[in-house]
Amino acid sequence: MLMPPPDQGTIARRSEIVEALRRIVPGEGVIADEDELRAYDCDALTAYKQLPLVVVLPENTEQVSRILKWCHAKGVKIVPRGAGTSLSGGSLPLADAVTIGMGRFNRILDIDFENRCATVQPGVTNLAITTAVAHAGFYYAPDPSSQIACSIGGNVAENAGGVHCLKYGLTTNNLLGVEMVLPDGEIVRLGGKHLDAGGYDLLGVVTGSEGMLGIVTEVTVRILKKPETAKAVLMGFPTSEAGGDCVAAIIGAGIIPAGLEMMDRPAIHAAEDFVHAGYPLDVEALLICELDGPAAEVEHLISRVEAIARDHGASELRVSTSDEERMRFWAGRKAAFPAVGRISPDYLCMDGTIPRRALPQVLARMQEMAQTHALRVANVFHAGDGNLHPLILFDANKPTELERAEAFGADILRLCVEVGGVLTGEHGVGVEKRDLMPVMFGEDDIKQQQRIKCAFDPEQLLNPGKVYPTLHRCAELGRLHVTGGRLPFPDIPRF
Amino acid sequence: MTQTLAPTTSDQVRDAVAWAVESATPLTVQGHGSKRALGRPTNTTATLDLSGLSGIVEYLPAELILTARAGTPLAEIQAALAAQNQQMAFEPPDLTALLGEPAGRGTVGGLVASNLAGPRRIAVGAVRDHFLGCHAVGGRAEVFKAGGKVVKNVTGFDLCKLLAGSWGTLSVLTEVTLKVLPAPEDTRTVVVRGLSDCDAVKCLSAALQSSHEVVGAAHLPAALAGHAVAGAGEAVTLVRVEGPGPSVDWRAKALCSELAGFGPTAEMGRDDSLAAWAAVRDVRPLVEPADRPVWRLSVPPMSGPAVVESLRPHGTPTAFYDWGGGQVWLTLDGPTPAEAATLIRAAVAHCGGGHATLVRAPEDVRAAVPVFQPQDGALAALSRRLKETYDPARVFNPGRMAEGL
Repeated sequence: MLMPPPDQGTIARRSEIVEALRRIVPGEGVIADEDELRAYDCDALTAYKQLPLVVVLPENTEQVSRILKWCHAKGVKIVPRGAGTSLSGGSLPLADAVTIGMGRFNRILDIDFENRCATVQPGVTNLAITTAVAHAGFYYAPDPSSQIACSIGGNVAENAGGVHCLKYGLTTNNLLGVEMVLPDGEIVRLGGKHLDAGGYDLLGVVTGSEGMLGIVTEVTVRILKKPETAKAVLMGFPTSEAGGDCVAAIIGAGIIPAGLEMMDRPAIHAAEDFVHAGYPLDVEALLICELDGPAAEVEHLISRVEAIARDHGASELRVSTSDEERMRFWAGRKAAFPAVGRISPDYLCMDGTIPRRALPQVLARMQEMAQTHALRVANVFHAGDGNLHPLILFDANKPTELERAEAFGADILRLCVEVGGVLTGEHGVGVEKRDLMPVMFGEDDIKQQQRIKCAFDPEQLLNPGKVYPTLHRCAELGRLHVTGGRLPFPDIPRF
Repeated sequence: MTQTLAPTTSDQVRDAVAWAVESATPLTVQGHGSKRALGRPTNTTATLDLSGLSGIVEYLPAELILTARAGTPLAEIQAALAAQNQQMAFEPPDLTALLGEPAGRGTVGGLVASNLAGPRRIAVGAVRDHFLGCHAVGGRAEVFKAGGKVVKNVTGFDLCKLLAGSWGTLSVLTEVTLKVLPAPEDTRTVVVRGLSDCDAVKCLSAALQSSHEVVGAAHLPAALAGHAVAGAGEAVTLVRVEGPGPSVDWRAKALCSELAGFGPTAEMGRDDSLAAWAAVRDVRPLVEPADRPVWRLSVPPMSGPAVVESLRPHGTPTAFYDWGGGQVWLTLDGPTPAEAATLIRAAVAHCGGGHATLVRAPEDVRAAVPVFQPQDGALAALSRRLKETYDPARVFNPGRMAEGL
């Protein structure tokens, strides 16, 4: 993984840059000391580390605007950073870039139950939004596993998901508006408390743009009333095919569960050893299906899911009889990553989406690949929407294991694309999957995406080196060059 | 002389675009043309008619996806979905009556390009939220794809969001993939009668703040109520629930009692409920008289009545509300259309922000009055840069959204 070569001229101007930032953000808000910078040298993709040129922690939108304006005028690159929980290296620093940490934007600004929305600063954690509205029985639906730590600004940048997205959507489906600062320092508002855009859907474009189009300084999300009740069914199957078929049958019966998760045998065993959730150990696939909503509906649907599971040969079938039991069903799944962390010194968490029908084929191929790369893999799977999280087990202290794990991961993602899926369902491309983009997109497809970048950030100063293996120069993309012949083409019907 | 190009393959679309770019011929890009009367008039000499680029390419009910060529009739897609008890959950409106076009027309490409959504928008999102991927031809006659064919995907910039609702001004869609969802088993509507606009929106807000998973929240004042509820002589406030039979029964009863403090409540059964929401969805209360300009406002839900009220000193507004008050369909008698545009947009800005679209008006009015919400400063510049980079030769519906877009 190569980052763009650092600009030595910028590095040579470091003290001038630090001084300029200190004029904008006084006090402790500018970090230039090497020891203190260490805290910012990576995000949750810890395999890659880089000391930032300098870190600045602005406190208000005006400071963000002035920082961007100054950097824009001086041609200095910028890496935005939320809570630093990206699993794809979205906020990996650059040696020649200012890292802007948004952690001080930590206030909840407005809770509006009548309009069913909340406006918060981007450094507020995902869970804190739910906490702030819970007293009235409301919550914020997208729930990435890192929700206790990850910030809503980062969620917007990554279009974060979670176990409930099949029914409730990703960040993009729950976001109403943002205030953001464009790379030239201009402050704009997209959306608000109303729905949809009056012109181009720039809010939709900005969501999931991985910090490459602007820096979000305020976020308005829709909040939902908590479902009246929730119940879960735990199902074990003798084969992954039977588990996969059961998922298809549940959806085919017109049921959209709040969560529908699958684990394979290695993941089941790791989780059970760790949290003793009571999972059966003699099955190849474990499904957890959660239904939420009005009590009358949940009871009705639970019995239908039970019947479907029986028809598909479930060897284990339990319905939660209390909220404690439901939480216990989830405990193993939610602890799957740390559980795998216990049985392996290191692991890589992958994130591809596949058409669900390809699951048995993908699991089988993955086991073959595991043998080829001589590494183990455990699978947890947002089965309802086809989002796979293979966990590749390795030991970074053993020579070549990291490289093999990365190669294995890349093979898995190529396989996801080959069967009709995509490289990432919710973690983002970042630097981790950047070089695999051509597996999914051709040159012209990628150019079309980069046109958005050129409209927002023609100088390409914001978060360079992320998402796209090479950024085409905007001047080159702007040229009008037509491939194709001239009409009249005899074969196009004309009248 | 205007001419029509009617490609039947994606390659032919590319060739047609290449010709348009090279000969500097601006194109009207359309499917059935059922929304041709919506938008700023374009001054083009050729039409790219995509209605021949038709047919469902792949429909996988268990994967919840459907892929169709852009010119596929919506009716064909809806029939295929209905056969599997599925639907486009965003409830596509049929604006043909409102826009004076033949009934039942409209293609899936036109649906995506206009990002229109019906009453269920408040619960499940708009087209943009269900538009997973596409194939398209860009402004340099390059064929490209965006997004994917799975329901969860964050790979690269979300180009689909930009194309949904761009009214064919950035690229020509040739194939689209939508997320589809199970159709509800049953539906009920709770009707509250006789409420003022202001009380109605409070009532809708209470319903939407309940845990009953309300998927429709509309209000029609007395003068318009009969269009949705036959024989209604007074205002009707409508709250819809959907789902399995026992669930909708229970929730409708619960809502009837919980909303009783606002006014007399009653339950509407499945058939009446379907008819009422179709009328709301298709804006039937404002179809007649056909010469009246019709506005669509998107505002914070609680602000809907205040926007309408603030117009009263300047004319006679006639309005009904969807999306819990957040979508206002409005006519304003009295001021000229240009004055109305200024008044309405000022009222929206004053009452919490949002946007206003002139959905129906004669061509000369649409040429003179901004049809879509005007943008200022940095956002206008951004939109212009997007148009410039995606359609540098200005061949795709030039000027349809605004001058220069």
